[in-house]
Amino acid sequence: MKVKRITLFVGHYGSGKTNIAVNYAIALAKTRNPVALADLDIVNPYFRSKDSLADLEAAGVRLIASPYAGGNLDIPALPQEMYAVTDDKNLTAILDVGGDDRGALALGRLTPAILAENDFACLAVVNRYRPLTRTPADTVEVLREIEGAGGVPITGLVNNSNVGRETTPEDVLDSLAYAAEVSRLTGLPVVMTTVDRGVYPALSGKIPDLFPLDLQKKIG
Amino acid sequence: MEKKVLMKGNEAIAEAAIRAGCRHYFGYPITPQTEIAAYMAKRMPKIGGTFLQAESEIAAINMVYGVASAGLRVMTSSSSPGISLKGEGLSYLAGADLPALVVNVQRGGPGLGGIQPSQSDYFQATRGAGHGDFRMIVLAPASVQEMAELTVSAFDLADKYRMTSMLLADGTMGQMMEPVALDDLKINPMPEKPWATTGTKMERKRNIINSLSLVPEELEQFNFARYEKYAKIEREEARAEEYRMEDAEICVAAFGIASRVSRNAVDAAREMGIKVGMIRPITLWPFPKETFKKSLSTVKKYISVELNMGQMIEDVRLSTECRRPVTLCNRAGGMIPTPEQVLEAIKSAANGGEN
Repeated sequence: MKVKRITLFVGHYGSGKTNIAVNYAIALAKTRNPVALADLDIVNPYFRSKDSLADLEAAGVRLIASPYAGGNLDIPALPQEMYAVTDDKNLTAILDVGGDDRGALALGRLTPAILAENDFACLAVVNRYRPLTRTPADTVEVLREIEGAGGVPITGLVNNSNVGRETTPEDVLDSLAYAAEVSRLTGLPVVMTTVDRGVYPALSGKIPDLFPLDLQKKIG
Repeated sequence: MEKKVLMKGNEAIAEAAIRAGCRHYFGYPITPQTEIAAYMAKRMPKIGGTFLQAESEIAAINMVYGVASAGLRVMTSSSSPGISLKGEGLSYLAGADLPALVVNVQRGGPGLGGIQPSQSDYFQATRGAGHGDFRMIVLAPASVQEMAELTVSAFDLADKYRMTSMLLADGTMGQMMEPVALDDLKINPMPEKPWATTGTKMERKRNIINSLSLVPEELEQFNFARYEKYAKIEREEARAEEYRMEDAEICVAAFGIASRVSRNAVDAAREMGIKVGMIRPITLWPFPKETFKKSLSTVKKYISVELNMGQMIEDVRLSTECRRPVTLCNRAGGMIPTPEQVLEAIKSAANGGEN
């Protein structure tokens, strides 16, 4: 997959967007500079990319986040530096967008500039083991709502089907047909299958575009 | 056929409520329980139910009163400051003997406090949720699976005793994700409710739902009857998990998220040869007094682990009739004690200190 200047991660809440965005930014920073991760999540103040600040800084990723993110306040504020994503064309930018259509709404401020520049990938994270996206049809409905609210067309799918720590390689393999059906219904390619580092060896070589994730934990 | 699903605690509550037959949800958003409302907003319209975001917490609890009066399963949810607002409604529900489920996903307090997890509404839930003499059944889950299971139990108990059940969770329990087996939930049919205001069809005397008594003697009788019911609940419904308590000389008392941390600490201390166990109250009211009383045969010291300034510790002392020292191991303000902190408290108790 050719890396676009801006990569957006959208999806149902709890699908794994933040964890993937953090891991993806850290991986990109190995070959690119400068890389920035912008936290646009104004829906859930609990699990934030700021929890991974130390890892991001160590990898050389600049974190653009609201000063209130990860704190004790629930203030739905966007980071003041977020316009760097569209203004600074030198930047490779990852956007961690909030869950569902409500979360994607926050994109609106950036959407015109993102579309005008037209160097973006908008990746929808899907997990068939989440209760409200268990069927391909339900998943497509959520993705349409997100596109409608955020205004950025989804260009690809990330299959992040997992049941947390208890995920087995079979759980991931069982999800491939689901991801393929979402792909068929939407006409969008599955650009990545993301799995926890623990099950990665068992699946390596069996699934194309497999991407290992190190779980980012909530701190504080 | 359904395999395991990955759910947030808040979602597990919402889905379990739906499976238990709840078709009416009224609430007002507040972190960290908003996913309950978000889930209901998505699901209720698809199954012929009602999701209504009320203009306030007070309005929501009074809508619960209305649906409960009609004999249907109904719930509301909030977090600490929002539960305080519902206090008046909780008292009216008690005064009218109405069954309902109220969920409190606690955050730090007092006042606006903060959004991080807490257990500092223990007193409010078990003693003073509103004015007047009344109790609520209070259930404390310690896993996402138990969030679902106890939601079902809460509806069953509420209907059985015609009173409010409260599910007392915390921000971490609400937000954390774990696999859940929803097909394992045991759903019982809702009992008949001959007292409900469902229309007489001119075939019976009308039912009246009310909490106002014009005659003091009559009001006293209502209170006496309610407390007889409460006494029966205290005898029959108290629940607790005993963990490695067989020969325990030190007992950690902890519920909800605190019990998960404490379990690790108990295991670590056992490896060091310390005879320690844990009593995890599952019902906070009725408090599992008998379990604690029984533990006096081996336990010399108790440690109450809480995310507050020491609230459940009073029930531990009352249950053990102050016959043993009870110390507090706590964090407040949205912090969770670490297993290391609990282990230190256990070691200190084992070494004869007052820790």
